[in-house]
Amino acid sequence: MPKVGPLLLVGTKKGAFFIRGDGARRTWKIAGPQFLGNEANHVVLDPRDGKTILVAAKTGHLGPTVFRSVDKGKTWAEAKRPPAFPKADDPSKGEAVERVFWLTPGHPSEPGVWWAGTVPHGLFRSGDGGATWEPVSGFHRLLEEIRRSSETALSPTPGGAITHSILVDPRDARHMYVGLSTGGVFETSDGAETWAPLNAGSEATFLPDPHPVVGQDPHCIVLHPLRPDILYQQNHCGIYRLDRPEGKWVRIGRSMPEKVGDIGFPIAVHPRDPETVWVFPMDGTEVWPRTSPLGKPAVYASRNGGRTWKRSSEGLPPAQGWFTVFRQAFSTDAAEPVGLYFGTTGGEIWMSRDEGKGWKQIAAHLPQILSIEVAGR
Amino acid sequence: MKVRFSSHLAAYTKGASEIEERAATLAELVDRLELRFPGIRFRMIDEQDRIRPHLRFFVGGEPAKDLARPIHAGEDVHILGALSGG
Repeated sequence: MPKVGPLLLVGTKKGAFFIRGDGARRTWKIAGPQFLGNEANHVVLDPRDGKTILVAAKTGHLGPTVFRSVDKGKTWAEAKRPPAFPKADDPSKGEAVERVFWLTPGHPSEPGVWWAGTVPHGLFRSGDGGATWEPVSGFHRLLEEIRRSSETALSPTPGGAITHSILVDPRDARHMYVGLSTGGVFETSDGAETWAPLNAGSEATFLPDPHPVVGQDPHCIVLHPLRPDILYQQNHCGIYRLDRPEGKWVRIGRSMPEKVGDIGFPIAVHPRDPETVWVFPMDGTEVWPRTSPLGKPAVYASRNGGRTWKRSSEGLPPAQGWFTVFRQAFSTDAAEPVGLYFGTTGGEIWMSRDEGKGWKQIAAHLPQILSIEVAGR
Repeated sequence: MKVRFSSHLAAYTKGASEIEERAATLAELVDRLELRFPGIRFRMIDEQDRIRPHLRFFVGGEPAKDLARPIHAGEDVHILGALSGG
């Protein structure tokens, strides 16, 4: 058994926290907050060098930025040029980045490359480990094309128009996926120059035409690291699976229990078994309370690619538990058996050492949790 | 002129709440502040040169809405955090 266990990088409404487990994943030590008072939307360690950490941050008063550490959090500096849109000819109509929402390290063949998704919609690239960022012109051409064809396809959610789930195909640095809430799923095969929608089969029941080409609301998309042609998404309108090269999403959430439904924010995939996924459903009925259904929080697992689902709630509050889990706040480690981790809107972190058979609270009383990443997974 | 900051910018001003600067406009002032305190400009001013929604600039005690505002002799500048909930 390793002496040192996983390192959780936790983004919260009020700062970043770092939580280290022992080798058995039984005891956990919390360090932080780092950047107290900053909304730390995403905290990500670069798996390529094992020491660069980027934090997407903003405060209630100050604009968005990216903080960087190149020594695994010992010292920090701010990006010299954080993600920002080009200055418009008419600045009164120009866009401004409100928050950096998502950070993805680039392909292993491109050390130093990072990708960032923003609110409002934007995709930015850094070639120097997050020190300076440039807008990705091909992606912004895509946004303009969509805006010309539809007034509603890129509508903001209550959290803004969010560019998220930036996924790099481990076989090909030029092949990527990205999710837009709202907007849908998009794919590039030429290194982000041109993009095509990939939404067939996924619904948008909040639009008059529930099957548009673009305009869906994918909450979270994951790609299996060993079988990158298998993708899953937790969408505003259900849980879906896509098997490439087919281009049609299949709603695997139809087999969830009716009283729970298949609405939620996050989805996590087993690091080795592409048929195993976990979701954390929320109440999407009537007025959309967005709480745990019936106040009984539970993870649901499928071990067969979404054909059937099993409730996983042992150790979680049996009743009067009304938290939910945001799209970036459910993650896994790569141990055997796999450890699962989720952070709640109520500032708690829960983990399972046995792929969901039982759950244990490992942190409480933290600020609202926005994201959890597990280092080295 | 004197430039006074609320605590929100202390990480950039190295804790100083008041400094001396020279500038003919707010635009010139924020550029000079950026040279002195790298990174401070983008936290206060967006990429379209608009003052961020939850910061307030005052010149000579009067609210300033944009960077074109001249700074006259004898006018001090306040850069303050506005009310921001959540």
